[in-house]
Amino acid sequence: MQIKIYEPTKRSGNLFSLIKEMFKDLFSSLGLAKRLFIRDKKAEYRQSVFGILWAFITPLTNALVWIFLSASGAVSVSGTGIPYPLFVFLGTMLWSVFAESVTMPLMQTNVSKSLISKINFPKEAILVAGFYKTMFNTGIKVLILIIALFFFKITFSFTIIGFLLGVVFLALFGIAIGLFITPIGMLYTDIGRAIPIALSFLMYLTPVVYKGTRFQSLQAFIDLNPLTPVINSTRNLATSGGLDNPTYLLIIFIATLIIGLLGWIFYRVSIPIIVERM
Amino acid sequence: MEQEVLIKAEGISKKFCKDLNLGLWYGLQDLGSSVFGSGKNERDLREKEFWAVDDISFEVRRGECLGLLGHNGAGKSTLLKVITGLIAPDRGKITMKGRVNALIELTAGFNPILTGRENIYNNGAVLGLTDKEIRAKFDEIVAFSELEEFIDTPVQYYSSGMKVRLGFSVAAFTEPDVLILDEVLAVGDVGFRTKSFNKTLEIMQKAAVVFVSHSMTDVARTCNQVLFMRHGKSYYQGTNIHQGIDLYLNEFKTNKLSLIEMNDGADLSNFIVNEQNVDLENKEVLVIPFGENIKVSFDVDLKKNYDDFFAIVRISDKDMKIVGSVYTNRFNDYFKGEKKSTISVDVLNPRLINGEYSITVMLAVNKKDNKFQIDEFLAIYRDFIKFEIKGLEFAEFSPVFYEVNTKQVVND
Repeated sequence: MQIKIYEPTKRSGNLFSLIKEMFKDLFSSLGLAKRLFIRDKKAEYRQSVFGILWAFITPLTNALVWIFLSASGAVSVSGTGIPYPLFVFLGTMLWSVFAESVTMPLMQTNVSKSLISKINFPKEAILVAGFYKTMFNTGIKVLILIIALFFFKITFSFTIIGFLLGVVFLALFGIAIGLFITPIGMLYTDIGRAIPIALSFLMYLTPVVYKGTRFQSLQAFIDLNPLTPVINSTRNLATSGGLDNPTYLLIIFIATLIIGLLGWIFYRVSIPIIVERM
Repeated sequence: MEQEVLIKAEGISKKFCKDLNLGLWYGLQDLGSSVFGSGKNERDLREKEFWAVDDISFEVRRGECLGLLGHNGAGKSTLLKVITGLIAPDRGKITMKGRVNALIELTAGFNPILTGRENIYNNGAVLGLTDKEIRAKFDEIVAFSELEEFIDTPVQYYSSGMKVRLGFSVAAFTEPDVLILDEVLAVGDVGFRTKSFNKTLEIMQKAAVVFVSHSMTDVARTCNQVLFMRHGKSYYQGTNIHQGIDLYLNEFKTNKLSLIEMNDGADLSNFIVNEQNVDLENKEVLVIPFGENIKVSFDVDLKKNYDDFFAIVRISDKDMKIVGSVYTNRFNDYFKGEKKSTISVDVLNPRLINGEYSITVMLAVNKKDNKFQIDEFLAIYRDFIKFEIKGLEFAEFSPVFYEVNTKQVVND
């Protein structure tokens, strides 16, 4: 029989047992996460004629806008190595994986308020359900991408697996940051308002719709931006290119794991404090 | 054999902040201290904080039921949130064993646009059941909710009672070791209320239960210990359920319920019950020893001309249920329509058990041709006089002993 002990929050003496408990909760929450994901997706499309088609329509129209802009010559960016519409489609797709993942923990916690404040269940479930949603949206875009690759006659190889891993990593990177913001964002709504503004600003400091810039100082900043190698490498992998700045990439990978774990601990500790103020 | 202790609470305290912005700021501080270790006095009260739950301890074993009493805002719900682990205590320690099911909010996992069928799975998953477990119990759940006909209808088309039915039915089949009930039994129609109450009793036999209710009948029927909270503190705790309930009901003594509903035809004044003046302002409750007659008298001041009139004296209990009525014209004469008079009504052998009661006094005139139809009320003084019966020693006393016919047939 499981025994639960509730005491005033204090620093856990044993980090190892804490992490063990966290992963136990994570795995026990998978069933509920699946259920919550299905619930939200079903509810999202239930009152609609086109239903799940909408999941395709939005990214398709986005892609069409860039194809149109490129064809009309209004935007001309060279040196991308691959057709520009494809470059932009890949870039915005990866960016939205990151952006969605950053906002996901706060959004999911906010919409689950009534549940969190009434029933005690592993909160990892709502985060995993949010991760599933991001992956669902991305999966649809990947389907469109594969069609686009055929259209531009780009042969894709087994590096596409690396691309998919890159997408998952980008999501985890976003969630790690999101987990740190969420507890404070749950207390003060300022955070929720500021995130979209900060993200749209950050997007133009990341090679999402362009490859590089002639301005030295800006380029230096772009090179420092941890998102640059992640997005560049993932995009390259989709089109059989190589990794961008592997050393920095490895550092970012390790940093993400540490930040993610700390963010997760922070999130768990903060939930009772937030529930108190709901 | 003593059953195992499933819920153990040791000196639980929880503080709250009355101010929103200050509370958020404290929340930020708590976040900081939970990560970076603590400042020295973090568990003491800060400005505008108060103890919502203050040093509460109890133990509940399997098969036992703890009744939690207290007026609104006494800290009951906060205590429940602490013991279910939704919020952390500021002091003390809670140990919970086994599967915990808190029936605090029955419809929390519902999504309104999805059907009843889908929401059974949703709510079940939130309460910790696997898909397989829900599938196995699905038919039972639907049958219990009696919603077979509407199970594929979106829940947003359900009435609030139907939603609660569905929610309760899912929760009832989770087979918990620890059950927390927060006033959820007072929902639905009478039929379902009885059904859910019986189901709860069934679960209670195998579980440790904490029960919050404002229905003292339910508490008396189910609980074997009570905890009466006042301003977050334990005011009475023990196994004498009736004493706990009495203390709780006494809380409301000073509440002003009396109401002059109408006095178009007559003013009543100078109420006297059993030779004691009724003090309407001070609300000192009159005490009448068990078994004594109740003698009510009052002055009548008629405002119009009437040939005759009569009085209705009605005795209601604490739950506003009428326990007895007197129509003075049924067994006695009508009162004469004099401008000023003093009327006394003696209720003989009232057969009331210990408890608090109130008296409603009405004056009325009947139709000329029909003795049983009231033509006009002169005055209605609702729940005007409060009194308390004391002195009954045995709780099992029944106010009425029926005369019955008995028969025994010998079978081979």
